[in-house]
Amino acid sequence: MNVQAPTLEPAVRELSYAEAIRDALAVALETDDRVILMGEDIGIYGGAFQVTGDLVQRFGEDRVMDTPISELGGAGVAVGAALTGLRPIYEFQFSDFATLAMDQIVNQAAKLRFMLGGTVSVPLVMRFPAGSGTGAAAQHSQSLEAWFGHVPGLKVAQAATPHDAKGLLLAALDDPNPVMLFEHKLLYKMKGPVPEGHYTVPIGKANVCRPGRDVTIVATSIMVQRALAAAETLAGEDIEAEVIDLRTIRPMDRATVIESVARTSRLVVVYEGTTTLGIGAEVSAAIAESEAFDYLDAPIIRLGGAEVPIPYNPELEKAAVPQVPDILDAVRNLVRGVT
Amino acid sequence: MLASPPANAPFAIRHHKPEALREALRKMVLIRQFEEGAEDCYVRGLIHGTMHLSIGQEASAVGLCMALTDDDKITSTHRGHGHCIAKGAEVGRMYAEFFGKETGYCGGRGGSMHIADVAKGNLGANGIVAGGIPIAVGAALSAKRLNPGSVVMSFFGDGAVNEGAFHEALNMASVWKLPVIFACENNHYGMSTSTERSSAQPRVAERAAAYAMPGITVDGNDFSAVTEAGHAAVERARAGEGPSLIESVTYRWRGHSKSDRNRYRSKEEIDSWVARDPISRFATLLGEHGIADADAVAAIERGATREITEAIEFAKTSPGPDPAALARDVYAPDSAPDDSAGVPA
Repeated sequence: MNVQAPTLEPAVRELSYAEAIRDALAVALETDDRVILMGEDIGIYGGAFQVTGDLVQRFGEDRVMDTPISELGGAGVAVGAALTGLRPIYEFQFSDFATLAMDQIVNQAAKLRFMLGGTVSVPLVMRFPAGSGTGAAAQHSQSLEAWFGHVPGLKVAQAATPHDAKGLLLAALDDPNPVMLFEHKLLYKMKGPVPEGHYTVPIGKANVCRPGRDVTIVATSIMVQRALAAAETLAGEDIEAEVIDLRTIRPMDRATVIESVARTSRLVVVYEGTTTLGIGAEVSAAIAESEAFDYLDAPIIRLGGAEVPIPYNPELEKAAVPQVPDILDAVRNLVRGVT
Repeated sequence: MLASPPANAPFAIRHHKPEALREALRKMVLIRQFEEGAEDCYVRGLIHGTMHLSIGQEASAVGLCMALTDDDKITSTHRGHGHCIAKGAEVGRMYAEFFGKETGYCGGRGGSMHIADVAKGNLGANGIVAGGIPIAVGAALSAKRLNPGSVVMSFFGDGAVNEGAFHEALNMASVWKLPVIFACENNHYGMSTSTERSSAQPRVAERAAAYAMPGITVDGNDFSAVTEAGHAAVERARAGEGPSLIESVTYRWRGHSKSDRNRYRSKEEIDSWVARDPISRFATLLGEHGIADADAVAAIERGATREITEAIEFAKTSPGPDPAALARDVYAPDSAPDDSAGVPA
C-alpha cells in the first residue's frame, strides 16, 4: 500500500517589522559591497528604534556609519555618494528631521538626473520613521510622506507589514532612483511572516489585502492594519469591505483603485497625514477623473489626520489621527446612507 | 627660452612644464572670451533666463584645477562656467546648453546654473548656495572607497560659508578624513552683501580651525599662488590625510547676475580690481620666464576667439529638444543601471 507522506510546507518564520527591515539591510550589505548605511546612532546604539540593531557588529563601522547630528549634511553626503557609485541607505532618526534636509532631498536628489540631462542617476534609499502614537508630541510624530510624493524625481513607499517592509526596501535598493521609505513607528513591533533571503515587493503596485463588494477602503501604512480590523468587524454586519494597501504613493497605482471602486461604488481613503491636500485628495481625484466616477453611489470620504499638530496628551493624540472606530463609523454611514 | 627655471621662480613656473602653463593661459583666455560671448548672446536676446559671469576670477578656476586629473571630480556653483572649462569641457556644448539645445551638456534641461560635464568629472553647477558642498563630501566618500587616490574639489563662494551645509559638510569630511578640497572663491560679495557685513569672521580660511583642517588664504588673481595652494591640498587629500580649505580672494568684474545694478560697490573699487587682472598678470609672468611672448599670447587670444565663434555657431544651429520628450530623465529606467557606478566612466 502506497501511503503518501503529507507534504510539509516549510514554515515561514515570523519577524517583527523592525527585524524584517534589519534582515533586508543585512541581505543588502552581504550581497553588494557598494551598500553603506548612514544615520544618527545607527551603530553601537542600534538605531533609535533598534532597526539597525547589531548590524555594526556584523558589518563594521565602514558599512554602518554613525553620522554627526547633521541631517542636511548627512543627506547631502548620501546624495553625493549615490551619485558617484555607492548605494547609501540613509536613516533619518525621525521623519520630522527630514525638514532639515529638504534641500538635499528636493532640490538635489530628486532633480539631479533631470537637470543634468540624464547623465547621472541617484540610486539612494532613505528611511523615515514616521507617525504618531508614541507620546513624542508635535516634532517627532508627523506623517509627511505626501510632501515628498509631490516631488517629481522621487519615489515614495510605505510598508504596512513586515513582509512588505523587507520586500520594498530590497526593491528600493534595486531602483536607480531616490526612493523614500516611510515606516510607521507603531508597526516596528508588529510580527508577520518574512521569507529568508532576497525578494522584492514592486514599487508602484498596490495590494488588495482583503476583497469585498460593498465599499473600497484605500489605506496606507498603519491605516491598512486599522482598515483590516474594521473590515473584520464590518463583515459581522454583512458589510464586505475591500481593503487596498496603496503601498506606494509616488508612483501611485491608480488602476487598482479605479477597478475596485468601479465594482464597489463606494470609497473611503484612510491615511495619517493631515487630511487637506494629502493622499486622500489624490486618490479621490483619481476616481473623479476616471470612469469609476460614474459608478459612485455616495460621496467619497477622506479620513485623514486632524488639522492640528500632533498633541502630547494620549487621548488628544489618538483623536488627532484615524482610529478603528472612525473607520467603522465612516463605512457604516457610507453603506447605509446615514450621514 | 630658459633651460630650467630659477630656484626663486614662483611655484607654477618651477612645478609645471611650459606647455602646461601655456595651456593654463589658453583656458583662462577661453573662459574670459566665453563669458563675454555669453553676455553678448544674452544682451542680443539669444539666451533667456539669467547667468552669473566669472570674469575676473579666471586664475582661481584654472589654477585650482591644475592639480586635478579627469579621474578627480568637482562640484561647482551658480557662477560655474569657468570651473566647467577649467575641468576640460567643450565650449560648444556649453553654449548649446545655454541656448537650450539638445546638444548641450544637459540636453537643454539645466541651463547655465546646472552646467555639468560628468565625463570630465564635473558633477555640476548648483543653483542652491552651498548645495554642492555636502555632495562633494559624498563623492569623496565614494572616491575613498571605490577609487583610492582620486580626490574631489568643491567650489563655492564667500556667501556659502554662512550656510549650515558648509559647516556640516566640513565637519563630516574632517571626522572621516575624506579626500576633498574645499575651494572658496571669495569675491567679496554674496549678491550685494559684503563679507564684512555678513560674516563675523570675514577671513574664510580661519574657519578651517573649527574643523581641524588646514586653511589658507591666497591671492586668487595670482595664478601661481592659487596653483600652489591647490597642489598642496590635493596632495594632502591623495595621501589620505584629509580635507583642506582654500580661500582664493578674487573679484567678479560683472554684477551678481543680469539684474544687478551695482548699487553696493563703487566704480573705483571695480577699477582697482580690473587693474589686478589675473590674465594679464599671468601673461606677464609667462613672458618674464620666456614661456610665452607677446606674439604667443596674441595667438592664444586669436585661437580662443575662433573657438568661441565656432562654438556659438554650433549652439545656434543645434536642434532644440522635442517637446514630446518633456518628461525624459525625470526617472532613470527601472532596471538597475548597466554600469556599476552611478556616474558613467
